[in-house]
Amino acid sequence: MSETSFSDTAAGNGAAVEAMVDVRSVSRTFHRGRTPVPVLKDLTLRMEKGEFLALMGPSGSGKSTLLNLIAGLDRPTGGEVIVGGSPIHRLSERKLAGWRSRNIGFVFQFSNLLGALSAERNVAVPLLLTSFSARERRRRVEIALEIVGLSERGKHRPRELSGGEQQRVGIARALVNDPMLLVCDEPTGDLDRATSGEILDLLVALNRDHGKTILMVTHDPVAAERASRTLHLEDGRLAECGHDGTVVVPVHEPAGAAV
Amino acid sequence: MRLGSFIRQCQAVTRYNLETIWERRAVSVVAIFGIAGVVGVMVAVLSMAAGFRAVVTGQARDDVAVVLRSGATGASDSILNHQDIQVLWEAPGVARGPDGPLVSPELFVIIDRKKIGAGTDANVPLRGVEAAGFALREQFEIVEGRNFEPGRNEVIVGDGAAGAFEGLLVGDRIDVGRASWEVVGRFTTGGGVAESEIWTDNRILQQMYQRGNSWNIALVRLRDAEAFEGFEAALTDDPRVSLGAERQTTHMAAQSEPIEVFISVVGWIIVVMMSAGAVFAALNTMYAAVSSRSREIATLRALGFSRLPVVVSVMIESLVFGLIGAAFGGAASWFLFDGFRAATINWASFSQVAFAFQVTPELLVQGTTLALVIGAIGGFLPAVGAARRSVVGALREQ
Repeated sequence: MSETSFSDTAAGNGAAVEAMVDVRSVSRTFHRGRTPVPVLKDLTLRMEKGEFLALMGPSGSGKSTLLNLIAGLDRPTGGEVIVGGSPIHRLSERKLAGWRSRNIGFVFQFSNLLGALSAERNVAVPLLLTSFSARERRRRVEIALEIVGLSERGKHRPRELSGGEQQRVGIARALVNDPMLLVCDEPTGDLDRATSGEILDLLVALNRDHGKTILMVTHDPVAAERASRTLHLEDGRLAECGHDGTVVVPVHEPAGAAV
Repeated sequence: MRLGSFIRQCQAVTRYNLETIWERRAVSVVAIFGIAGVVGVMVAVLSMAAGFRAVVTGQARDDVAVVLRSGATGASDSILNHQDIQVLWEAPGVARGPDGPLVSPELFVIIDRKKIGAGTDANVPLRGVEAAGFALREQFEIVEGRNFEPGRNEVIVGDGAAGAFEGLLVGDRIDVGRASWEVVGRFTTGGGVAESEIWTDNRILQQMYQRGNSWNIALVRLRDAEAFEGFEAALTDDPRVSLGAERQTTHMAAQSEPIEVFISVVGWIIVVMMSAGAVFAALNTMYAAVSSRSREIATLRALGFSRLPVVVSVMIESLVFGLIGAAFGGAASWFLFDGFRAATINWASFSQVAFAFQVTPELLVQGTTLALVIGAIGGFLPAVGAARRSVVGALREQ
């Protein structure tokens, strides 16, 4: 087993071999008072295991809503969301919470660290939901901090860390349970250009060297360029982007037919 | 959710909440001191009632009967004559001492004295006693000076009365009407209402107040507590007298009840009003506590923590505020009021009773219970609100 991975299955090469995310004809409608506000309409998306997918789109286009549906934070009004083979749209809220803790690693825009806890203890928070021994938890925290390059900063509290370091701790926390899918909601949205580059380098390395499947929502075309594929969401519908950012292929069909 | 996971989640969120209390100390202090104020006032007021009850009922015994004229409610509206006392001497179940039956006929009058500090007139009991009266009160002890001599205008003053009223120290003189009495001693009876009284010789008091050969009340020591029923029946059935008997414990509890109820009712009205304020302070604190951590709570929920541990942790935090408040309030009332001496009127005898506030363990438990109830009420709505909050919405907050 690699010293910087949690299990033998972590290493990968980014090859697309099996569907990690299968979103089928999903719609999500919110209500403003009595007025229905449809955000996603009959949306279909397939994401392979080992992929690094960037999701772009203007504000209000529904990209965070789609990310929340895939991450199990929200449930669709219609359609199916299958992640890692589990039809999560059918899970109760309680089961969904347990599923998230085992399968999803979250990277938030503002890192969302618990201010009173050291970096180590922040990273260890998801492990409190597992039955790992204290020794195994320590081992996993050490590995996660090593992967993000913060082994020496584990005792520091968030306010003693730079913005980039805080986001690295957030990524270590997302990794520590060895989830099958990392979901990143604007992970560089609160960082300067240089620090953003470092965080993106880290995400690329996690995808390339550790085989992590990553779904990233971003406004930033530069960030999106680092992903292996970029989808554009507008008016609740998806389209594939070319490397120059132009929309080239509308995405309608599952099973990778259009991609 | 498995129990082990649930407990770990509760521990983790609670520990985090408690670790961050110091960072939220400014708003936390409002809740803690609101609760401390309620507990302090409650314990202080009820310690007054407890102290009063302890004095009035503390020395009462089951094997002592209090005999009054039938229909009388207290010594001040009862008259006993010589034949009544003779019947008591012969009654079944009466214990005997070296000098005969342990029957203590006592005359009870009230004199005016000024309260120390307040300067207002207060009714102080002046009791005429004789040898059996001392034999009945086994813990009677002269702590300063000497006992009065029968046949002389001398009085001894209870320890509580000496501290509560002016001019009752050894060597002082008490002028009542044409009579003048010298204070020759100060006594204790191991607590009890007698320590709020002035005692003198029965015969002298009868002469001074022109009571002839009559008394107001008689205390009778029985062979044992079980002898009371036979003793009472004998009095009731005797056609020569019209007397009523009560156990001393029952009699003194009835004497204590009106003032105890009054203090408790007034105290609880104040406590309930203050509690309402403290509940709002706790609510405010917990809403602020939850609000300041809404993104952190949402993050934990996103990571897989369930709603219930969030509710439990916020409730525990609120209960901890309650416990801290109870500790401050209880400690303050104990330091300020335990042993604090006061005197109030005993409505049953229209005379003053000197007593000390008693902050008892039971009162501290009651105060802590109230604090926990306030904490629970104050924490419940914010806890439920935090758990019901949309995770997605809270995560977007900056």
